[in-house]
Amino acid sequence: MSRHVIPAIKVEDITVAYRETPVLWDVDVEVPPGVLMAVVGPNGAGKTTLLKSILGLIRPAAGRVFINGKPVNRQRRLIGYVPQRSSVDWDFPTTALDVVMMGRYAELGWFRRPGKKERELAMQALERVGMTDFANRQISQLSGGQQQRVFLARALVQDSEIYFLDEPFAGVDVTTEKAIVAILKELRERGRTLLVVHHDLSTLAEYFDWVLLLNVRAIAAGPVVTTATPELLARTYGGRSAYLGGNQAGEKVQ
Amino acid sequence: MNLDLPILLTAVAVALGCSIIGTLLVLRRMSLISDAISHSVLLGIVLAFLATRDLASPWLLIGAAMVGVLTVMLIQLLLTTRRLKEDSAIGLVFPLLFSIGVILITRMAGDVHLDTDAVLLGELGFVWMDQTSVLGLDLPRSFIVSFCMLLANLLFVGLCYKELKISIFDAGLAASLGFSPLLLHYMLVSLVSLTAVASFDAVGSILMVALMIAPPAGARLLSNSLAQMLGWSMLLGSLSAVAGYYLAIMLDSTIGGCIAMCCGLAFLLCWLLAPERGLLAAWLRSARQRVLFAAQMLAVHIANHEGRPEEGVECHVANIAEHMHWQQQFADDVIGYARRQQMLREQDSILRLTEEGRGIAEKLMLHG
Amino acid sequence: MDWLATLFSDYTVRIVMLGCALLGFTAGALGVFALLRRQSLLGDAISHAALPGVAIAFLLTGSRDPLVLVLGALVSGWIGTLVVSAITRSTRLREDSALGIVLSVFFGIGLVMLVIVNKLPTAGKAGLSTFLFGNASTMLASDVRTICILGLACLLCLFLFWKEFKLISFDPQFAASTGLPERLLDTSLTTLIVLAIVIGLQAVGVVLMSALVVAPAAAARQFSDRLFVVVMLGGLFGALSGVAGAGMSASIEKLPTGPVIVVFASIITVLAILLAPHRGLLPEYLRQLASRRRIETQRVLQALYRLVETDPDPYRAHDANVLQVVGLRSARHTIAAMQDLGWVERTEDRGWIRLTQAGWLEVQRSVQQREGPH
Repeated sequence: MSRHVIPAIKVEDITVAYRETPVLWDVDVEVPPGVLMAVVGPNGAGKTTLLKSILGLIRPAAGRVFINGKPVNRQRRLIGYVPQRSSVDWDFPTTALDVVMMGRYAELGWFRRPGKKERELAMQALERVGMTDFANRQISQLSGGQQQRVFLARALVQDSEIYFLDEPFAGVDVTTEKAIVAILKELRERGRTLLVVHHDLSTLAEYFDWVLLLNVRAIAAGPVVTTATPELLARTYGGRSAYLGGNQAGEKVQ
Repeated sequence: MNLDLPILLTAVAVALGCSIIGTLLVLRRMSLISDAISHSVLLGIVLAFLATRDLASPWLLIGAAMVGVLTVMLIQLLLTTRRLKEDSAIGLVFPLLFSIGVILITRMAGDVHLDTDAVLLGELGFVWMDQTSVLGLDLPRSFIVSFCMLLANLLFVGLCYKELKISIFDAGLAASLGFSPLLLHYMLVSLVSLTAVASFDAVGSILMVALMIAPPAGARLLSNSLAQMLGWSMLLGSLSAVAGYYLAIMLDSTIGGCIAMCCGLAFLLCWLLAPERGLLAAWLRSARQRVLFAAQMLAVHIANHEGRPEEGVECHVANIAEHMHWQQQFADDVIGYARRQQMLREQDSILRLTEEGRGIAEKLMLHG
Repeated sequence: MDWLATLFSDYTVRIVMLGCALLGFTAGALGVFALLRRQSLLGDAISHAALPGVAIAFLLTGSRDPLVLVLGALVSGWIGTLVVSAITRSTRLREDSALGIVLSVFFGIGLVMLVIVNKLPTAGKAGLSTFLFGNASTMLASDVRTICILGLACLLCLFLFWKEFKLISFDPQFAASTGLPERLLDTSLTTLIVLAIVIGLQAVGVVLMSALVVAPAAAARQFSDRLFVVVMLGGLFGALSGVAGAGMSASIEKLPTGPVIVVFASIITVLAILLAPHRGLLPEYLRQLASRRRIETQRVLQALYRLVETDPDPYRAHDANVLQVVGLRSARHTIAAMQDLGWVERTEDRGWIRLTQAGWLEVQRSVQQREGPH
């Protein structure tokens, strides 16, 4: 990885512990700008935790995060976030359009209400995800895939440089999955950086160009072709936990 | 004070009965059902009283138990409509039933000894006003009723111990083994209602919730098994009852209120001082472990970068504080600690792991 | 009905009803947020936890000034919520247990103090014990003024931070990721809910105030899928219950205010759950019934079509029992309904059924629909 380019996301030695159990151990990752990067690893590998600690939603026990070379708290405007669909109550009394407009709230600032401009931006975003017809639907009446599209539209309307998506393909139909991938790729073409928690190894190479293999610690990170090798994948998924760094490679763990 | 002993015994019997049944409620995450039932049984008592015009009638118990079960069924019914979440369903049902009860009391039964203050406060001091003769002994009726309830609760837990245990820790397994979770559930609910009525005279409706929840909650922080928890909970409950009784005499205030206060105090003590799960224990542990934990993180950090090109930067003594995002002072402490523990050595200002340190790092990463 | 007449002519009663309307509105509106954030039972704990605050405020200041008492209630209710969240965060206990402990223990402390306060010579006895079940008739103009100031302040805050409160109620993590001070907003919203509860204590009482937070909100939720509408309706239902309850208890002897308000609010809620246009149970049942009828009709039409498909005379009569043979058990009702529509008729001699001209057209339309455009 070139040292001259300022990485879009730089994670420096992040360790996160819940009570006394470490969830992430000394994770060190750099994501160059303009890549579409997957975070893969077994359940409990800390994928969501990594995303949340990069976004500052979880306080790490140690380590730092930089977005475009600056601490994340000063770079909020550059960040778009798609949380896990299951993290909210979809019975909330609001419409798809309204949820998308929430993406503009931070930009709007205190005391100002979303107006015509926000409405137009939100409609454009809904159009990009193919949801114009559902703008005024109450969100619980949408299918899982449609809900995911609404969440994506909300991130699109944030018009960010760096996007974080937590399992955007969980529980969605094939059409939606393809549509989301197309949008992610389009964003990458326009120079955006994307970090996506992903579950399905079979589509890894097709959807993403970079990958981070994570299992409590970062096993490897880099272009999919060179990184998602059978050996490294086996290390990521073999057993509950990881192998120790390079010099101990090959030593199997339960 | 001749009257002391029966009153004290009544309080203890109520406390024991409540803490037994409360243990099950706390473990089954039904704590607030006790709140709901303790309120709504009032309606049952009032209705039964209006029908019989006799405060000592056993129908009062039956009516109360029926309304208690009805409360839970109504909550369940509301939930099955899927129009409300559980918290709202509970919060909707019991205030309504309680309100109807209060209105009926003030409209129709205000002249007898059944008023809203008695409902909320109960008054142990008055238990002698109503006494019965058993085996030639004159005893307060409340004492006999709460003692019977204690026996019933003990019997229930004793007979269904295995089933309760399985249903608490693995509802799926319980169903597959053929225990009817629903039957158990409604048996529990009926017992909560009966206990509520039996404790009514003594401590009043809301304070009974304190006896049902606080001792078991405190016990939960002290124990590792259902049996232990039941034991601790009964101990905490009866201690609170005794302490509350004497506090009430000292302050010349309501016995029920003082018992609730003591329940709170007992819980507070458990919360602060429980050997493993208390706040103090956690604080001490984390203070002790902060340095140890940091040293371990440092070991893992070095293990990750050892022998790699970036080692000179990542593992340089002067850079550790910055890389681990620590204060310089803390970083020095940690490095000092790690070196004393023979985890690290320093070579040209570069930190390296000793064999022991590598072993520690390795173990940590394996067991993540 | 003369009590209604006295009600609206009496100045004091009108003042009291105004107060109850406003506190009902505030509780109903804020209650919607409590409902959506699943904090309905937190309201129960808060209102009970407010009691010691009332007693302490009185003990410390010796004043019955409503503002002082409400402030005391606010502080101790707020401490109650802190204790609940501290217990759930730092122990293995669940929220239900934490709520139960706070509710009952704080209330116990409050009662002990109340008994002590009532022994003081300075205490207007009726004064403080109204905090248990509420008594709107003891409300003075100064009480109503306090309710108005605090209630309006509550609603103003809700209005000013509307979009932020909405966002943190729906998706707190996303809110935090955009840089909004999520913790602070969360605490502020909870504080507003506490405030909405404590201003109602004097009229409704600590035991039942939580119901005025839950019931109107639950009713309002059934009517709309727009947050703003739900909040407004919640406020409206709350105000209605407040006015009705206060009015009734002020004019009828021996009728405690709090319970009457709760009964009104609950009736509104039950009606809403049963009858609300979209989410109501009855409309839903009717919709299901209608759609089952529609499907049944289509199936009967298809069956009739199959009988006459190859027949040169599509209007030939058939024995209705044939339909039962092909599995249309409930066909009898459906045929009756179709007769009403004029799609089939029965022959006079044997009571067999045959399609009418309108029915034949309908059959063809339905068949086309089923096979789709080619």
